[in-house]
Parts: sequence; structure tokens; C-alpha cells
Amino acid sequence: MSTEIITPHVQAEAEQGDTVSRRWFLLKLGFLFNGVVGAVMAVPVLRYLLSPAKRDDAYKAWVALGNVESFPVGETRLATYVNPFRRPWDGETAGVACYVRRTAQDQFQVFAVNCAHLGCPVRWFPQSQLFMCPCHGGAYYADGSRASGPPERGLFTYEYKIAGGELRIDAGQMPTLSNTAKLVTIDGVKGNPPCAS
Amino acid sequence: MRILKTTYEWLEHRLQLEAPIKDAALHPVPRNTASWWYVFGSAAFTLLILQVVTGILLAIVYVPSAGQAWSSLNVLNQQLDLGWFLRAIHGWGSNFMVAVVLVHMAQVFLFGSYKYPRELTWIVGVFLLLMTLGMAFTGQVLRFDQDAYWGLGIGASITSRIPFVGGSLVHLLLGGPIIAGATLSRFFALHVFVIPGMLLAFVGVHVWMVLKLGINEWPMPGRLVERSAYLQEYKNLTHKNGIPFVPGALWKDVIFAGGILAAVVVCALAFGPFGPSGQPDPTIVQTVPKPDFFFLWIYAALAYLPPAMETPCILIAPILGIGILIALPFYAAEGEKSWHRRPVAILALSTVAVSWGTLTHLASSTPWSPHMEAWSSDPVPPQYLRTASPLARQGAAVFQSKQCRNCHSLGGHGGDRGPALDAIASRMTEDQMIRQVLQGGGNMPAYGKNLSPAETTALVSFLKTLHPAGERPATDASQQEAHRFEKPSTLEAQR
Repeated sequence: MSTEIITPHVQAEAEQGDTVSRRWFLLKLGFLFNGVVGAVMAVPVLRYLLSPAKRDDAYKAWVALGNVESFPVGETRLATYVNPFRRPWDGETAGVACYVRRTAQDQFQVFAVNCAHLGCPVRWFPQSQLFMCPCHGGAYYADGSRASGPPERGLFTYEYKIAGGELRIDAGQMPTLSNTAKLVTIDGVKGNPPCAS
Repeated sequence: MRILKTTYEWLEHRLQLEAPIKDAALHPVPRNTASWWYVFGSAAFTLLILQVVTGILLAIVYVPSAGQAWSSLNVLNQQLDLGWFLRAIHGWGSNFMVAVVLVHMAQVFLFGSYKYPRELTWIVGVFLLLMTLGMAFTGQVLRFDQDAYWGLGIGASITSRIPFVGGSLVHLLLGGPIIAGATLSRFFALHVFVIPGMLLAFVGVHVWMVLKLGINEWPMPGRLVERSAYLQEYKNLTHKNGIPFVPGALWKDVIFAGGILAAVVVCALAFGPFGPSGQPDPTIVQTVPKPDFFFLWIYAALAYLPPAMETPCILIAPILGIGILIALPFYAAEGEKSWHRRPVAILALSTVAVSWGTLTHLASSTPWSPHMEAWSSDPVPPQYLRTASPLARQGAAVFQSKQCRNCHSLGGHGGDRGPALDAIASRMTEDQMIRQVLQGGGNMPAYGKNLSPAETTALVSFLKTLHPAGERPATDASQQEAHRFEKPSTLEAQR
């Protein structure tokens, strides 16, 4: 009984003398053990959390916009497609819109609806041949080049190809200044005619 | 009564909460802090509890799935008894909470409460403000409508501007490549678990420190805070001229909190719930997205920033702002507390308040946005056409059909993106108008490719008639000069 009462003193003295008692050692060992297990658990947790972040190529696929003939030459029309990376519970958010401009029999421009400023949906006005953004007043010419307002660049364009009489675009992710949309060459290349006027 | 007493004693014997609660309730506070200026913190806390309770009540019906969230909100609004009322209370409670937190912060700033030893209370408060705003934004996302969808688009576009990691951060924010089911699910987790959990924990720390360090005394001009003496001074103040917190100060808190709750109920009854607006279908581009009230100022700021400054401002300004708020108590931990002797503090607060108010006001009228329907819905004022020539009338039709009206108003109707054109002829000559229309400039698109020469002639013919009665249209002074010099020569020739 008396040994139990003096234990705290003994322990305190042991600490003062810089000697590690068995119990402190075991406690520290316990923390270390938990730390190791925690680190091992953190790896899959981080992997799980970071899994949506992928290279742009992983989020690109060729999607059909419909028969080429449904886009008359000289006109710009709104087209819609279903996001190729959709999930069953996406509902109507799986749909994506884009503008298809057919400049010649085999020449197209496919623009994202997202304003290059902050992503709001631009609206096409065939009378004045302008795209206008409702959010901060960005405006673009018919060829997608910047006309006025806060955008720093023209509309984002998709690469396209014609296969089996269908117009297809390489799409899948929301175009922003940080993904491949910004790397699209704006002169010479088929499918990406000059933006600047 | 005996049973109640024995039950209480049975519980107290085990819980042992009486002593700490008594301590907290009866701790002395300076007499003059029992003021109506000190009620905002407790009101914010009351609103937080209201939000938690109404949030849980909404969560038992709301479906956090992109495919069904919008329909479940409509069921709440229209089919469930008083579902609309709960949504209205939660929505208005959110607005009131942001407002009360901001007022609380302004009061604490003006009263110098962030000074020693309450620096950490202020810093925790800054994080509480950020979390409150985080709750407001994520809550707007859960109201999964068009505004929520495109608001997320704006969030993603801003995130994408962060150098190097922007693209990956967009994927993490959206839970995938586009705004879809995964996006709503993660915002649901943030709004319902992550942020509220942190918020409650931080509120606990915040209130703990208020109890331990005492309520800030009423600032008196000339009574300076010094680290060495403050704690003793405060102790003297509370012991010589203090009153117990309960009921001395608490009664005002309770009455004000009740008033705020009543105001939430009145607003909910009078104005109803917020949205949902149109369904979150991204293929419907006929939409004019707008953020909720407390984010309108950001919306306005983003419209006015010059393109070149935009990315730096978007990325640096928030860090700078939060940094300043956190650094404040370290920079000014001692010294004068009274607003009577802190002109810079007053100036800073009023500058922030006026800027915020101006930007919010501007965002409510969005003068920078084209009015998408103006060209087809706003009539040309009849007085502008009454005496107009056939050509000018044709020009008025061109003015409408080419969407000029979306950015330029006539008779007070139309867009405000460009100047109103009611008196354009007294500012610009015919040549200047033609140049402006065809080449654009000054933030106006060039219409050279989209107007035929005949249309341009008609349009300018209409614009030339737009000047106040009795005021001469603008003339080209240099041409007059040219004519003046021409005349003598022609006279000479005649001689």
C-alpha cells in the first residue's frame, strides 16, 4: 500500500533525473504506433480524396453532335451532347451545350458556351453576329474572337472531326483557363480557325 | 417537486456541472459592457443554432443528388406542409447570420476588443467569419438551380486561374471534369458535415476565451492597453464596478436574440423562401446567373477589374485581406481602444463599408451586363420617331434588330453597358458615329462586318436625330474652319 502512495514522487524524481520511466516509454511507444498506423491509413485516404484530379487526356473523349447536315453552312447553332464521363445520378447536369458554326462545307468551329472570363453561358445573337455574356458583359464576334468586355481571350473551342457523316468533338471537361482549352492553337490548324480579326 | 429535486441532485451528483455553470453565469463583467452594443455575438450564436436546427429539418427531405435535388426543393416548397416556411427560415436565417457576424466584427473592431489579451479571440473570429461565408456559398450550391450551377462555374473558373495546380484544383472542387452529381455530393458534405463541425468547434473556443478573458470593457479615450498592467486593471474594473453576467448583461442579449429570431420569421413569412430558380440544366443558356446577396460585391468587383489585373487581384486580394485581419491584433495589440482617438480605424471601416455598399448596389442593377431581351422587348420612345424621316425610322429598326439596345438605353430603357444614346447627336458628329459603329472601340464591338452600308446609313441617320430639343447637334469644328478658309478663296475665284 505504501509503495502505491509514493509512486508519483518516484515518477517525478525519475523525470527530473532525465531517466525515462517504463510507463512514459510505453505511452510514447503507443503514440508512435498510432502515428505509424495513421500514416498508413492516410495514404489511401489521400489517394481517395485526390482521385478526381486527373490529366486532361483522361477527361477527353470523342462525342457525336449529330448529323453534319443539321448544321447549315454560314450559321451558328446551339448543339447539346451528353458528357461522356457521366454518372447515373447526374440528372440533367450530364448535358452540355456548345455552339457549332459551319463556315464552309467541311469547315466548322465548335465553341464552348462558357465565357472565357468566368464561365457563364454566352448567348448567340445571329442578327448582330455576336456572342454576349449575361454575367459581366463579355462579347465575342462570330468567329469566337474577343469583341469587348472583361474576357482576356476568345471563346474556348473544341477540336472536331467528321466521321460517318457525323460531327464529333473532343470534349469531356468544363473548359477553363487552366486546361487544354487554353493550349488550342488559334491559327492555321483545321478546326481552330483564326480568332483574331 | 420532491421528485424533481431528487432527480436534479441525482444528475448533479454525477454530472457536476453546477459549479462551472455558476462560475460562468455569475462572473463579474464591467458595468458599462451591459450595453446594447454587446449583443451581436450572442445573436450570431443564436442564429447558428437556428440554422443547425432548420438545416436538420430540411435534410430529412432534401435529396443531395444532382438528378433530384431541384425536384426535392420544389416538393419542399409546394407539396409538403410548411416546407416553404422552413426553407424560408433557413434562407433568411443565413442572410441574418452573415449580417450579424459582420456587424459583430465591425463593433469588435471599433471597440478595440482585439487588443491584448484577446488577440486569439479575434483570430478565431476571423475564421468564424470565413466559415460563415463558406456556409453561405455552399448553401447557395445546395439550392441546386441555374444560379447554383453557373455560380459553381464561376468558382471553377476562378480556381482555374491559380498557377500550376489550377486544373487539378478545379477537378477536386467539382469532383470530376464538369459540374455534375459528384459536385453536389461534395458540397453537401461540406455544408452539412465539414464546415458546421469546424464552425461549432471554433465557436466553442471563441466563447471559452470570452468567458476566461472577460468581456472587453467599454473603451475610454486615453485609457491605454499595456501588456504589463492590463490584466490587473481589468480585474479592478470588474471587481470594483462590475455586475454579474447573469442577469446584468444577459437580459439584453436574450431580448436582442429574440428580436433577431422574430425578424427572421417575419422576413420568412413576408418574402418566402429563396428559389429555386430554373432547373440546373446546362443546355438552357437563356439564363442570367446571379450570386446571393452577400457575394454580389465580388460579382461587381469582377466586372470592373481591368482584364490584366484580374488574375492577380482574384488570387492575391483574398490572401491579403485575410492576412491583414489576422495580423491586426499583432500590429496593434496595445494602445488606444476608443474610436474617438483611432481615426485610421474609423476611416478604414467606413471605406470598407462604403465600397461594399457601392459594389453591392451596382450588382443589383448590373450596369456592365447587356440586357439580353432589350432589343426585342423595349420600345423606341415614340417622341424619337414622331418627326423622323423614313430613313431614320429604318435606322431605329436597325438599332433594335442589331441588338444595339442590349447595351445602349433610350428613354431610360435598355442596357447600361454603353452610354445612353438619348443625346448622342449632341456629343458625336456623323463621321464619329460611323467610325464608332463600324470600328467599335472603347469596349464596343466593331459592327463593320455585320452592317451593310445601307444599314449603317440608316442607323446613323436615326442617331443624328437624338439630341435634346433646342440643343444643336455636335459639329466638326475643323470642318467649319475648313469651310471658313474655303469661302474667301471661292470669293477670290469669283472675282
